[in-house]
Parts: sequence; C-alpha cells; structure tokens
Amino acid sequence: MTQLALVIDLNVCVGCHACVTSCKEWNTSGSAGPMGDQNPYGADPTGTFFNRVQTFEVGEFPNTETVHFPKSCLHCEDPPCVPVCPTGASYKRKEDGIVLVNYDKCIGCKYCSWACPYGAREFDEQQRVMKKCTLCVDRIYDTSMNEGDRKPSCVKACPTSARLFGDIHDPDSAVSIAIRESGGYPLMPEWGTHPANHYLPRRKTRIRIHLDELERADNPLKVDRQLPRPAMNEPTLDDVTTW
Amino acid sequence: MHPAFSVIFLTTLIGAGQGLFLALFTAQSYAAFKLLPQPDAHAFYGQGSLLALALLAGGLAASFFHLGHPERAWRSAAMWRTSWLSREVIVLPAFMGAVFLYGLAHWLDWHPVLMTLPGGLPVDPTAILGVAGWVLAFALFICTAMIYACLKFLKEWHSPLTVINYILLGGASGFTLAAAFAAVTAPELVGFLAGWAAIITVLGLLGRSASLYRNARLKPTSTLQTAIGIKHPRIVQTTQGFMGGSFNTREFFHGRPVAVLRGVKWFFLLAVFPLPLLLLLSGMQGASGLLAAAFVVQYAGLLAERWFFFAQANHPQNLFYQSIA
Repeated sequence: MTQLALVIDLNVCVGCHACVTSCKEWNTSGSAGPMGDQNPYGADPTGTFFNRVQTFEVGEFPNTETVHFPKSCLHCEDPPCVPVCPTGASYKRKEDGIVLVNYDKCIGCKYCSWACPYGAREFDEQQRVMKKCTLCVDRIYDTSMNEGDRKPSCVKACPTSARLFGDIHDPDSAVSIAIRESGGYPLMPEWGTHPANHYLPRRKTRIRIHLDELERADNPLKVDRQLPRPAMNEPTLDDVTTW
Repeated sequence: MHPAFSVIFLTTLIGAGQGLFLALFTAQSYAAFKLLPQPDAHAFYGQGSLLALALLAGGLAASFFHLGHPERAWRSAAMWRTSWLSREVIVLPAFMGAVFLYGLAHWLDWHPVLMTLPGGLPVDPTAILGVAGWVLAFALFICTAMIYACLKFLKEWHSPLTVINYILLGGASGFTLAAAFAAVTAPELVGFLAGWAAIITVLGLLGRSASLYRNARLKPTSTLQTAIGIKHPRIVQTTQGFMGGSFNTREFFHGRPVAVLRGVKWFFLLAVFPLPLLLLLSGMQGASGLLAAAFVVQYAGLLAERWFFFAQANHPQNLFYQSIA
C-alpha cells in the first residue's frame, strides 16, 4: 500500500515561512474554497492555515540552538481524528493514505480537532467547516502539470530542500531512505497514531583530530625547526629534491 | 479546552431530562409493586414526561449552536459504528421518542394488560415503554460521556469516572427536579424522590471528588520533548509561528486565570452537592419552594461543573502554542 508523506529535515530548515505562504496561496485558490482570513489588516488578524512554522530554543545560553519546526497534518497511519467523525466527512484514503475532510459533508462540530493530539486541524470561520493539510491532493495527481511540479506546494517552495515528499511504504523511495539513514522520527509516538510524516534531526558535522595527526608523518626524526631556516635567496628542500 | 456554552447546556439539560425520566419510571415501578402510593398519572407521569421532553429538546436545540453547519446535522447519524458522537445523535432522538410515547400512554390512560408477570402483576404499554426509555436513558448517558472519555490523550477525561459522573450528576439533578415537580403534582411521592435525589447527590459528590483527586495528580504523557522529538531538558518555544490568534489558540485554551478556575471549582462543589442536599432534606416534607430552589441551585452548580470539566482538560496540542513573540 502507498502512504504518501512529508519528511521534514530540521537540520536545514531555516524558518523562512515560504512553505507557509505557498501552502496558503495554493490552497486558498483551489476549487475547495478559500482559506478564510478574518480581520487580515486589522489589529487582531486570524485565519486558516494548513502549515505553520514554529521556533524553539533548545538548551541554555550560551549552549543554545534555534530549531525551526514546520508543523502540518502528519497523515497518521492510525489517525485518531477519523473514527470520531460522526458524518464520515473525515476519512483516510486507502489508495495513498492521505487524510482528508469532505467539506460538503462536514457539519463543523470540531470533534475531530479535539481528537488530534497535534493540533493539525483548523476550523475555517468563513466556510464553517474543519480544514487541514491535503498534501496538495489537487496538485500531485494533476497530469496537466509537469511531472516535477506534481508535489505539494510547500515542498516546491522550500528554498533549502528541507521538505521531502514521497511514499514511506516504498523502501526505495527518497523519503524512506532519508528516514532510515538519517534518523527520521515521528512526533508524539506515545499515542500510537503512527504519523506518516517524519522529521529528520539536527546533525552536527564534527571532525575529530588526534594529536599524532597534527605532526608531519614524513618527519620521522622530528627535526622540524631544529635546522636553521634557509635564507630567502637559498634553495629550499623543495627546490633540490623531487620527494 | 475552551468551554463551549452550547455543549455545557446540551450535557446538563439532557442529563436533567434523563434523570427526571428515570425518576418518573422509578416511582412507577415502586408503585406497581405497591411500595408507593399510585400518583395522579396525568399530572405526574404525563406532565413529568412533558417536562423531561422539554429539557431534552432544550439540550438538543443548544447542541445545534455548536455546529458550523447545523443544516447538515442529519448527516451525523452516519458513523455510529466508530463515533460516540454519532451514537449520541441516534440515541437522543430515540430516547425523546420513548419519553414522548411513555408520557402519551399515561396521558391517554392507555393501560391494556399486555401480559402478566409471574406474581400476577399486569404489564401495560407504559411499563414496556418505561423499560425501553430506561435502557435508552442509560445508553444516552454512556454515549454522551464516552464522547469525552474515549479521547485518550485528554487524560482528565479518559477515565471510567467520566461516565460514572455523567450518570450520577444527571441523575441527581433529574431526581431533584422530580422531587420539586412531585411537590406540586404528587405530594405523596416527595419524600421518596427527595430521598433518592439526596442519595444520588452524595454518590455524585464521591464520584466527582474522585475525578478531581485523580486529575490533580495526572502527569502529562506528552512533553515538549516528545512533541518536537528533541531530547533536551530545557526547550522553550520562542514563537508559535504567527502573532494573531488561530483556531488552535481559541479552541483549546480556556484563557482564564487559575484563580477563576479555582473559584468555579469551589462554587460547583458547594452548589451541586451540600446546598441542594440541605434544601432537599429540609424540603422533604413537601415544601415545593425549597425543592425548587434545590434544583435551581444544583442546575446552576452543574453549569459551573461542566464549565470546569472542559476548562480543566489540557490538550497536548497546547504544547505547540505557548509563545507569540
């Protein structure tokens, strides 16, 4: 079975919010209706978003690290929001594992949002229904687009390629390899929701240099600096030997 | 969680309606076994059912205010196999139907003997409808409470105590109302009903205290560490990603200071349990004013109790929404 998902690399996310705005732009323009904003230019603006980028500070000064954390629906393999829906408007697609809301069936009771531990769902005050990330289901199968464009809008927008998209049930897909080889992990594993989206941890590139590596291996007699330096107009060792 | 008044009125009103019906049928059962005098069926059972029906209809009406699309409410009966909310949507009208027919049968004095129990006790339609209503009343209590109790990561709710308390608190308010109603329509039953109301109120105090005790000692399962998957004892959110509010900041936070929460808790602990208990015991001789006051005080207390029930529940999604800057 296919389970489409995003893999988000926290090591390269710079927190630019390009995925947030491109998500909003694509999904507010689609046939499913706008993602309503209330009071957008006023003192207290609010609106519906499928994707948010949050920022956390890990550690204590001076050993701190800023982590930008993009957060959207995780398309759980065992989604707790689906069985609680009284109308069947919330459903998980068998063919690709995307969790969707049928806006024409949703009664706006908000019960599914209570049943999501991640706060991934947002109620749209304008359309009066529950909304959430669709993995750009209206993009990824659109054959009128170039194949390279058939990806979620957020993935296309990311300037650092922090977002990967693919089938996590295919062991050879880029997302599966990234999860397997770069330590991909799910959020809040304690609830058994089996999120399809995974996150790649921060990674530090470190090089360990041992003391013996600081000394010249071709200097067995340790005679460096023991002989007088040749004068500037005299030939150096490099000039008289071919090594 | 943000307490929604539509749901507060829904759960308290139907709880009182279910309790009132249970009180009516309990009285009828005792009377059938000659343990209680037979009251005026028209006034007590007939009008009592009407009163229960009015409470249930009030609760049902309140529930519509919770919906974004009330005109689609009929769709919510679809997923009864998996959703407790869907089950409630089916059981509530079924229960209302049973109460209506029960009241109608009493009102029309429809008492043909359908069969006779071994002891020679005649069984008429009101007994059958009463048993059906009794089963549906309990089914409705379970459905309503399980809507909350089935959400495992809302740990304050995820407990059998939630179901027990919905039954006990609904039952207490219903029996208190039945006692006040009997003071006007069937004075010979007041002592019986007020006594049961007092007993259920005491049981409710035990149940609710147990859940308060449990909830005060809960340890959150999810932490910021599991929420973002980083192993470090000190993680703080510097921004939730937006400066205005969102659904997530409105729906899952009660937004009141701790002092308000504590005040509401002590108010409901007084208004739901000891005050109605005093009024019930002093009104047991049939003082309708005292009994009516007992119900009004207890119902007001239950509104506060339900507000607190929602406000106290701490949703794990709140971990993601802690800082605006």
